[in-house]
Amino acid sequence: MNASVSPLHIRPEIIRDQQATDVPAVEKALTPFERIYRIGFVRKAALLIALAVIWEIYGRWLGNPLLFPTFTATIEAFWENLANGVIPARALSSIQTLLIGYGIGIALASILTTVAIGSQIGTDLLETLTSMFNPLPAIALLPLALIWFGLGQGSVIFVLVHSVLWAIALNTHSGFRSVSNTLRMVGMNYNLRGLRLVGKILIPAAFPSILTGLKVGWAFAWRTLIAAELVFGVSSGSGGLGWFIFENRNQLETANVFAGLFTVIMIGLFVENVIFAAIERNTVQRWGMQS
Amino acid sequence: MTLPAQSAPLLDVDGVTLQYKTRDALVTATYRVSFEVHRSDRFILLGPSGCGKSTLLKAIGGYLSPVEGAIRLKGREVKAPGPDRMMVFQEFDQLLPWKSVIENVVFALEASGRSSGREAMDKARHYVEMVGLSKFADSYPHTLSGGMKQRVAIARGMAMEPDVLLMDEPFAALDALTRRKMQDELLQLWEDTKFTVLFVTHSIEEAIRCGTRILLLSPHPGQVRAELNSLTVEEVGTASQVALEARINDMLFAH
Repeated sequence: MNASVSPLHIRPEIIRDQQATDVPAVEKALTPFERIYRIGFVRKAALLIALAVIWEIYGRWLGNPLLFPTFTATIEAFWENLANGVIPARALSSIQTLLIGYGIGIALASILTTVAIGSQIGTDLLETLTSMFNPLPAIALLPLALIWFGLGQGSVIFVLVHSVLWAIALNTHSGFRSVSNTLRMVGMNYNLRGLRLVGKILIPAAFPSILTGLKVGWAFAWRTLIAAELVFGVSSGSGGLGWFIFENRNQLETANVFAGLFTVIMIGLFVENVIFAAIERNTVQRWGMQS
Repeated sequence: MTLPAQSAPLLDVDGVTLQYKTRDALVTATYRVSFEVHRSDRFILLGPSGCGKSTLLKAIGGYLSPVEGAIRLKGREVKAPGPDRMMVFQEFDQLLPWKSVIENVVFALEASGRSSGREAMDKARHYVEMVGLSKFADSYPHTLSGGMKQRVAIARGMAMEPDVLLMDEPFAALDALTRRKMQDELLQLWEDTKFTVLFVTHSIEEAIRCGTRILLLSPHPGQVRAELNSLTVEEVGTASQVALEARINDMLFAH
């Protein structure tokens, strides 16, 4: 063996001047089915149709419209009440109450979290209050609300604010706390202090958490509203969707009860998949803060 | 040889001791550090981990007050962060993710009240072009590479036309090739505008390439070990660089 060759250089080098030409396509188009399957909306719609079919089959098999009306009967009742204007009026009444409560909840949550990030004692206050009140079901406050605000919209709004406030405050606060120190320092470098720092740096930087809080708050509020209306929705003028459900149950119009529930679900789906989805697309997804 | 009479320094760091509290200790980061930065200096703070160079830069930025000594910019004591001392951080998340490249620069100018409206827009365009990112002016930060993000941060810092640009290991998180390219670009920008920059690094090579003057800090706590003149652009890559690197090495690691 040649001693002058170092062990590093025993093997010959490999150099390829020509690359293979029969490589598989680097980018191959997906089949139409694969492409359609990738659209989330289509997948969800297919699931909904499947559920509706199961519902219809079970309803017909049971054959008891008093207990479990079929899908078609529910849709019929829904159209009927939509056409005669009962459901739109009730839904409008519900949404109006809801927006008032939601708005007040957001306002209070903003004040509370702004105080909380300003000082240690503010943080302690927020943490104590949320750990006390967040686990408290809004409905448990109903008897108290009745004494304070009487039968009517005031009581409903009170429990709504309670159900919205803590979820939003908790999420917003944890969002503020997770804003990177670098971004805070950048804001201070621009001479932003206090409320201007909160408004121009912390709120947009914590927006993914704030949005989660708003979504959770909305869901809580919607649930609480329907439950509260079941109890005392009647006194506030026409009454809301909860009252509509309650009324029709008393009259054993089960298809109408289902139509009322159906409306609640539809509004929930609309807000989640249209309104909040649009906000997400135009903010956190566009900014790359959430994929 | 007598040195020519120099004008008053732009930045005067005078006997600065810095301390900060961790969960269970009071850490002295620097002890009685003094140096002067003059206009158009590329002043480097160089030292190993634990020499308090980043803490020192934060104090100059106004985020931390010295427990002893004083930091004066143009004769006025530094008390709080402000747009006359723009920071460029090491972290890529220093850009506001909800604003595009150009908006990031415009927002800095408008929020700090340095300029507004049309003027801010023109200025922002000018500096974004200087760092070669005109094509990406309307892109959001999350679509940019690390090097491009740092370029935006530098453009933003320069657009504010601060008295001194404070750079905290701005290239440390970049890959070696990008890093080298960014150093050259920084020198080119300096040739064009002759801005004053205070640059923190732990790389001896980077210090020599980027700096006109190098402050060596020894660790635990940070104290001034030496203040050296760096090389001219022509000397970089020659035997003088090797010699200077060896000299700095000896000072930092000899006991």
